Amino acid sequence: MTHALRGRRSVAEPGRSPGKAVLFLLPALLILGALVVYPLVYSLFRSFFDASGSRFVGLSNYVETFTDPRTLIAFRNNVIWVVVAPVAVTCLGLILAVLTERIRWATAFRLILFMPMAISLFASGIIFRLVYEEDPERGVVNAAMVGVHDVFASPSPYPGARPRSEFDASEDGYTGTATVSRGGVVSLPLVGYSRQQLPDSARPVSQPEAGGTEVRGAVWLDVSAGGRPGQIDPAELGLPGLTVELLRDGAVVSKTMTGDDGRFTFPDLGPGEFSVRLPADNFALPFRGLTWLGPTLVTPVIISSWIWIMTGFAITFIAAGLSAIPRDALEAARVDGATEWQVFKRVTVPLLAPVLLTVFVTLVINVLKIFELVFVIAPGSVQEEANVLALQMWQVSFGSGGDQGVGSALAIILFLLVAPAMLYNIRRFRRERS
Amino acid sequence: MKRRSMIAALCALAFAATACGASTAGGDGELKGQSADIIGTWSGEEQVRFEKVLAAFSRKTGAQVRYTGAGDELPTVVQTRVSGGTPPSVALVAQPGFAAQLAKSGAIKPVSAEVEEAVGDNYAPIWKTLGSFDKKLYGVYFKVANKSTVWYNRKAFEDASLSVEQPASWEKFLETSRALADAGVPAVSVAGADGWTLTDWFENVYLRSAGAENYDKLAKHELSWTDPSVRVALQELAKLFGDQRLIEGGASGALQTEFPKSVTNVFGEPRKAAMVFEGDFVSGVINSSTKTVVGGDATFFSFPSVNGSAPAVVTGGDMAVQFKDDEVTNELMKFLASPEAGSVWAAEGGFLSASKGIEPASYPDDVTRELAQRILDAGDNVRFDLSDLTPAAFGGSKGTGMWKALQDFLADPKKIDETMERLETAAVKAYAP
Repeated sequence: MTHALRGRRSVAEPGRSPGKAVLFLLPALLILGALVVYPLVYSLFRSFFDASGSRFVGLSNYVETFTDPRTLIAFRNNVIWVVVAPVAVTCLGLILAVLTERIRWATAFRLILFMPMAISLFASGIIFRLVYEEDPERGVVNAAMVGVHDVFASPSPYPGARPRSEFDASEDGYTGTATVSRGGVVSLPLVGYSRQQLPDSARPVSQPEAGGTEVRGAVWLDVSAGGRPGQIDPAELGLPGLTVELLRDGAVVSKTMTGDDGRFTFPDLGPGEFSVRLPADNFALPFRGLTWLGPTLVTPVIISSWIWIMTGFAITFIAAGLSAIPRDALEAARVDGATEWQVFKRVTVPLLAPVLLTVFVTLVINVLKIFELVFVIAPGSVQEEANVLALQMWQVSFGSGGDQGVGSALAIILFLLVAPAMLYNIRRFRRERS
Repeated sequence: MKRRSMIAALCALAFAATACGASTAGGDGELKGQSADIIGTWSGEEQVRFEKVLAAFSRKTGAQVRYTGAGDELPTVVQTRVSGGTPPSVALVAQPGFAAQLAKSGAIKPVSAEVEEAVGDNYAPIWKTLGSFDKKLYGVYFKVANKSTVWYNRKAFEDASLSVEQPASWEKFLETSRALADAGVPAVSVAGADGWTLTDWFENVYLRSAGAENYDKLAKHELSWTDPSVRVALQELAKLFGDQRLIEGGASGALQTEFPKSVTNVFGEPRKAAMVFEGDFVSGVINSSTKTVVGGDATFFSFPSVNGSAPAVVTGGDMAVQFKDDEVTNELMKFLASPEAGSVWAAEGGFLSASKGIEPASYPDDVTRELAQRILDAGDNVRFDLSDLTPAAFGGSKGTGMWKALQDFLADPKKIDETMERLETAAVKAYAP
């Protein structure tokens, strides 16, 4: 008993000369005190004062924090981040680490996957900002989507063009409000399309003559210098290759295509009233990809870029853990007839559990503090929708008006959220050592 | 001055932190051996040009002047130096609100009688009002911006077979826009991803539709944002924003477009729109990012008049304020207020002055001369950028306040009442003591 006590005390005592120990610890203590403890305590203190820092306001900064809709959105986004991002990165890291273990150029492969970690978050943010740009001429993702899309769907001949007037727009296209019977003529002046983009085959348009059992007409671009709206002017060109439909009582009875001079003819018609329709697929706007950085997709997009950056980190740690697993355990399982999937599920993962947990918790801490990526990737118009706590803290403190009281309150809340994860990690490290 | 990117600001901060500003060599003069330091927002090429102005001062007086560029973070840098007891001699402040705060706390000093006289001689009275706090003149507007210009590409009008006629009224402007859309050219590129461009749209329409008096009241929040005059301005704006054919990329495309991109949309290759609205600094972006020539295919017209309003200009500007009252600081202020200083930078380009003393011939080209002339012509009908007069939490913050409310308005211009409510709620909060 006494022996045990003495033994334990010998661990706890600083040694023969406590004075010397304190001397050695002093620099570290001073630095820690000045750079960690003092700011922490001061932030707590500051969070009870108003914007100017002179008036004590009690908990009202905290009340404001929890009633500000912007902060609530930031909270929601942080929850999404914590739920999705660390799990995704840990799983991806595990899968890639196990897979790369078997290949010949494992180190080279891992090195490449680790490279994003070497780029600053700010720079990565700029890269992804460009990758997800909406304009397909600048954004790689939308360029790829447009490329794939256009292989399967050919673009419409006259995107964006529309009749000048006297037409009802519907999902099917533009239907003329006036009706026509056989022998009649319809003129369809279109606008909203650039003359420079017309096909070379386009010829000047002329007024068709009425007569016979036919309905004749012309579709032309009603834009020219000094041109009269709705009238055929000398310099105006017909629109070739445009589909025109003839309707009776809402049903398509005939379909034709315009010639180089924009003229079309529906031959051999019976009696009755018809209307003319320009189907919508003549004018469908080209596919431009998705608005990745719009309000709905912005958070998933930023999370995806974070996953790209952090996967290398997870692989490195998990691969180190993998190499520490005793080979014989795996061999024994295989000898017992376990499939590779069973070996992975029943042996590898349980043996890796401590490593996986450490990686996961570290990522959670990292995710809670996420700032740069959101700041750089989200355009100003959706920053509110993409907001996270750390960014909100910065904006409240420095970005807008400088209310460092509320900012400090947010900092303390963020600290309280991160602290459990930190404590958990520290305790685990200690347990592992003992 | 919000157009400078965050990156530039960070670089500037790093510069300020490492204290590697440049200083001019002192010459022979009565102030030989004395020195002053001055803080501004300019970096890069603008810094080089401003340093030429300071060099002229040094040649004249013999004093040494040291310039530090602080970028967008200038208020923070200045405030820190004031609290630290080492204020600069002079700072060029872009936010009148910040200058008012400095005047109230006694950090800046009223200008000398000589400077006041120079300002009275060379500037329209409005500039004296803008530089005065508590009836004393503290600031001299050294460099100003003309934020009431619509820039257009002549080629776009030619391709659309439209005669290049500068629309004088808002109705005519909308008519021209529709004619462009009919010819298949989206009329305007709106930089909706940057909230500050939208505040400038609103301010220009409001100044014209509601008049200067209401504008001043709204800036001080003596007029509520739910006032009918605000509704009128938003309705006018909705005539443009509400017609998706007139806006490049539609509303959702505009909300993804940042200011530099809105300029290259009009003047770069491929050309996507015909016109872009913003300040005189659009010409700088045209020069640096496109091959279009300013004064050639690229030119501008003044923001059109709404319901027959008189010519008016929304401006921004850098106001020189002094923190010290010694001889060299007073001399420097006197120099900055004189046409002599402005002429140095004017000749270099990228500079407008509100001073009548600067010869039009000092400006390097016709476009710049014209831009400066419009400010002088507007006389007292010049108003400072409203969003810069409001608290930063309301008029100057990404993703909140006026910026965000107008971005959501651009996304759905039918929500006029909702936008007014939001603006008022945000303003009440930001103006609260």
